[in-house]
Amino acid sequence: MKPFTQHKGIVAPMDRPNVDTDAIIPKQFLKSIKRSGFGPNAFDDWRYLDTGGPDIDNDSRRVNPDFVLNKAPFDKATILVARENFGCGSSREHAVWALDDFGFRTVLAPSFADIFFNNSFKNGLLPIVLDAETIDSIFKAIEKKPGFELAIDLESQTVNMEGHEPICFEVDEFRKYCLLHGLDDIGLTLQHADDIKAYEHKRSQQAPWLF
Amino acid sequence: MMAKTLYDKLWDMHVVRSEDDGTALLYIDRHLVHEVTSPQAFEGLRMAGRKPWRTDSIVAVPDHNVPTTDRSAGIEDPVARLQVETLDKNCQEFGLNEFVMSDIRQGIVHVIGPEQGATLPGMTVVCGDSHTSTHGAFGALAFGIGTSEVEHVLATQCLLQKKSKNMLVSVDGNVADGVTAKDIVLAIIGKLGTAGGTGYAIEFGGDAIRTLSMEGRMTVCNMAIEAGARAGMVAVDLTTIEYVKNRPYSPKAETWDQAIAEWQELHSDADAKFDREIHIDATSIRPQVTWGTSPEMVIAIDDVIPDPNKESDSVKADGMRKALAYMDLQAGTPIKDIAIDKVFIGSCTNSRIEDLRDAARVAQGKKVASNVKQALVVPGSGLVKRQAEEEGLDRIFIQAGFEWREPGCSMCLAMNADRLEPGERCASTSNRNFEGRQGAGGRTHLVSPAMAAAAAIAGHFAGVNEVK
Ligand code: SF4
Repeated sequence: MKPFTQHKGIVAPMDRPNVDTDAIIPKQFLKSIKRSGFGPNAFDDWRYLDTGGPDIDNDSRRVNPDFVLNKAPFDKATILVARENFGCGSSREHAVWALDDFGFRTVLAPSFADIFFNNSFKNGLLPIVLDAETIDSIFKAIEKKPGFELAIDLESQTVNMEGHEPICFEVDEFRKYCLLHGLDDIGLTLQHADDIKAYEHKRSQQAPWLF
Repeated sequence: MMAKTLYDKLWDMHVVRSEDDGTALLYIDRHLVHEVTSPQAFEGLRMAGRKPWRTDSIVAVPDHNVPTTDRSAGIEDPVARLQVETLDKNCQEFGLNEFVMSDIRQGIVHVIGPEQGATLPGMTVVCGDSHTSTHGAFGALAFGIGTSEVEHVLATQCLLQKKSKNMLVSVDGNVADGVTAKDIVLAIIGKLGTAGGTGYAIEFGGDAIRTLSMEGRMTVCNMAIEAGARAGMVAVDLTTIEYVKNRPYSPKAETWDQAIAEWQELHSDADAKFDREIHIDATSIRPQVTWGTSPEMVIAIDDVIPDPNKESDSVKADGMRKALAYMDLQAGTPIKDIAIDKVFIGSCTNSRIEDLRDAARVAQGKKVASNVKQALVVPGSGLVKRQAEEEGLDRIFIQAGFEWREPGCSMCLAMNADRLEPGERCASTSNRNFEGRQGAGGRTHLVSPAMAAAAAIAGHFAGVNEVK
């Protein structure tokens, strides 16, 4: 996994609640057996005027000029700000892969769906929860000055806006550690292989029907 | 000893070790695998030179991409075919138990797990699919995971987890005739909202839940995720134990009594504390229909489409306007006046034998309305299909003008050929009415199987007793 320490970039607004994973990456693209290449189809239904598919060349499609991520400067955005319950719906990690592949490094929202939230950490995409008021002020700031940048610092757990006090955010110690160092958590878990075996031994005595 | 909730008990039973910040390594008893979210996980395993930790914990099945029409020619779509073949290959390479497409036991992963007895009370059950919450109906801790987590479970038999908070949703009293498990859970989501359960594990209780069959409890737990909760669960009782008995993967005679002794403890202690409790009066629940693009946008069959101008929360009102535009609906329209183009009876929410019986009862001796272009019935598994055929349900459907299909996810998410065309409106027994879910530009209304059958016959939404 690629580490996340600091990041500065343009913020794009996605001004609706409950942006679901079907919207982030529609199901026809889930047929891929790869982890990469989903970026051009992130938000596909909103981004193009015609229907896309895994075997359709995106360059030949009609782009929706009204969709925020098609408009400069947001087409260069690396930070997404959204409303409540971002990433709800299916467990597809493809949603995170698509955002990552598009170029996003972090998503800010008042709340995230649990599975999406977990998936993000596994791929070095930092989901940041800020209260609804702060999120609203970021939306307003974008309106005033489209293309303005935010600087995120994971070590100090702050979102930094020019001319403002740093905004603090929460993150689990363990997740922060893995993200800062780009650690593969399977490797970490396997360091506890003896504990897992001991658990299995004990449990197979109590509940032999499970083994 | 401190009083515990069912979730507390299940959690404690599976903790291998804990970090200082409360992150636990949780042991996984059952890992269900399907073709869409597993290829990258197997690839990751191979690239790291790792092997599955415990192959006998895994049950694999292709379901999302499989055709529901004649399968003898295989899968036509080459991309989908490759994905299913990749699952077959991975299962062969790693020695995993798979119900391949031609196996009568093949079906939707959340239907076949319980059907085979592969889902048992007290288990932790995971799958790379958000509707894994379904299996919580058995007093199990079951939740959906992403592909990286699939790989983590394959490699270590464990997951890194933080404990959720406890929520009790109690549906008190008994529902009226004609109100089904689907209506109960849609009403719950309407009340809780799609994010109301985020961060919680929900236990469903109360008389209206206790009196449900296992099929009904699965329908309710299936949609816990639609309220934002990764896990939903129901305490173990005689209904649970009766269902589990004598299934292929269930405990055999030697350990059966021992298993029951453990399972009987799988309920919340009487004085257990929940972080949040919600009570719903069962008698107030009427048959439900969603009108918007989120499962919380739901009303009763005799209601009208709500008006965003009457919503005080501006973000919500804006969401409602976008939904009305997408669904091409006007505030104030009675839902019964809305005509439909297609009907889908199926999905892991409502494709079990009881669901098909419910729908067949409404369809019996009647005809699908002429404005309905297609009405699909897609059983949840090959075994459900066979049982339905033994009961003659297939003939009832076919005579009424429904299509009787092979098992799979089908039009629930339209990864195969079954889908809505842009602008088409569908009465669907599935679980998600998101934009484009059943096909780009398609418009989905979630309903129970009986209500879907009624809509098919009437050509528009209708009460179950109103169709002729
Ligand atoms: S039936 Fe639908 S919700 Fe269920 S597993 Fe299949 S695609 Fe997912």
